[in-house]
Amino acid sequence: MKATETEIKINNLNVFHGNHHTLKNINIEIPKQKITVILGSSGCGKTTLLKCLNRLTDLYSNIKVNGEIIINGEDILHSKEDITNIRRKMGLLSQMPYPLPMNIYNNIAYGLKISGRKKKKYLNKRVEYYLKQINLWEEVKDRLKDPASSLSLGQQQRLCLARGLTVDPNIILADEPTSALDPVSSNAIEELFLNLKQHYTTVLVTHTLRQAKRIADYVVFMYLGEIIEQGPADEFFNNPKMEKTKSYLRGTSN
Amino acid sequence: MLACLLLVMTMPLLIGIGLFLKSTLLLDNNSIINLLFSKTWKPLNQNFGFYPFIISSIWVTLTAIIIAAPICLLTAIYLTQYSKKYFLKIMHPVIDILAGIPSVVYGVCGVLIIVPFVSTIAPIFGKQSSGYTILSGGIVLSIMITPFILNILIEIFRNIPDELKEASLSLGATKWETIKFVLIKKASPGIISSIGLGISRAFGETMAVLMVVGNVTKIPKNALDPGYPLPALIANNYGEMLSIPMYDSALMFGALILFVVVLFFNIISRLTITKLEIY
Ligand SMILES: Nc1ncnc2c1ncn2[C@@H]1O[C@H](COP(=O)(O)OP(=O)(O)O)[C@@H](O)[C@H]1O
Ligand SMILES: [Mg+2]
Repeated sequence: MKATETEIKINNLNVFHGNHHTLKNINIEIPKQKITVILGSSGCGKTTLLKCLNRLTDLYSNIKVNGEIIINGEDILHSKEDITNIRRKMGLLSQMPYPLPMNIYNNIAYGLKISGRKKKKYLNKRVEYYLKQINLWEEVKDRLKDPASSLSLGQQQRLCLARGLTVDPNIILADEPTSALDPVSSNAIEELFLNLKQHYTTVLVTHTLRQAKRIADYVVFMYLGEIIEQGPADEFFNNPKMEKTKSYLRGTSN
Repeated sequence: MLACLLLVMTMPLLIGIGLFLKSTLLLDNNSIINLLFSKTWKPLNQNFGFYPFIISSIWVTLTAIIIAAPICLLTAIYLTQYSKKYFLKIMHPVIDILAGIPSVVYGVCGVLIIVPFVSTIAPIFGKQSSGYTILSGGIVLSIMITPFILNILIEIFRNIPDELKEASLSLGATKWETIKFVLIKKASPGIISSIGLGISRAFGETMAVLMVVGNVTKIPKNALDPGYPLPALIANNYGEMLSIPMYDSALMFGALILFVVVLFFNIISRLTITKLEIY
């Protein structure tokens, strides 16, 4: 069997919010084209970790980030590469769907237009392609000019996922993407992640253990800004080593 | 307390009805079209054409909005997206002070600064001018409505969720692209609404405008002509000619026009901000 390649290597990542030490000595090797699930109770730093990966932490002046995040042999935290190029390598899905204030069509076309593709014919084809990829095409093909906010939450979240794919990323970052959705829509999103796995490296934050068990290949368990335990999903769920992990899996710790 | 509440709530209605009743004398004797579009204002001959005043009011108001709106928009974007947080904290009281300065003070500053300034630059546009012009009124008004427009815009931009910004940035958009294509779009109902409120304030503002606008009953042809907006007409003449009942009624009709226009823009802007959240 071929050893799995690493897509993202995080070395000694430390993050501070002012004086608060939010992430402590994080080291992870995120495997390529697998689903890596980050588990942990609320407030342990999962969102912050995800934001470091595409440097959205830059937006907030009170956040300090130290360490290395290596993607394609390059440390993106200290890279000279244009930040917009770094961010295009990753699609982001947040906790609530935040469709852009535009119609459905333009929500998909936005990322393409931003990167300089303006030909109408090309855009039409790509919009259809991405909407099909998230199984939304049939539902919206007759109302592409409607505002994206007129869709249901579940549809919006799928639209946001497709929007993230338009910039042709290698990586999908998702922050509790199903926590605001009903079970049917949640399942649809989970299915999509499983389908997309062969093309994309997925980093998924969740605090639902059942979801993690269903789709994880690799699991990182965090507690108060530290990694307690990480490993392949089988091993992590069936044979946890740390006391904290065991009690979390039993559901007695929060 | 309920009585007070009712009083406050019915006040606009009462004012509206009062103005209308007072205008009936004029309205019984003249067609409304004639009143609004006739160019002759000769009260002693019973000619009450409001057209010059309405046009002056529109000119002054538009000038003010054209100056104030872009400045306020850029300021709000700068304060909420670029500057350090404490800068916004400093600006808030400054804006409140600007809003609290009495109208006459703006008028005096206008006479001392804006009027000479306009008089100096008029020759550049090939005109001789005393400086008492529509443009001067517009400039003074633009400063006066700035705090109101700015306050709304700041609030609107601050309330746009970070996640929306992050969504755009994560697609590789630059900060400026994000502002241009996403934030301004998201804020557009608020922007329209703030401009509407600005118009309603500007249209009714009396004292400061009256002091710098020239008050000549003529239809202004450009911003360097003097004008005579409606509020100035009422303020200058009310109380003087009350011996002529028709004149009195005409001024009341002027007030009614003001009232209706201001009310209209107020309601429209409030509706846009709540109803127009199409996206
Ligand atoms: N903007 C911020 N300012 C200050 N502290 C913050 C900020 N965002 C997050 N934190 C702190 O970082 C910690 C981790 O937050 P977060 O990454 O959102 O956790 P999670 O996503 O696991 O719930 C929290 O304890 C919080 O106090
Ligand atoms: Mg979170």
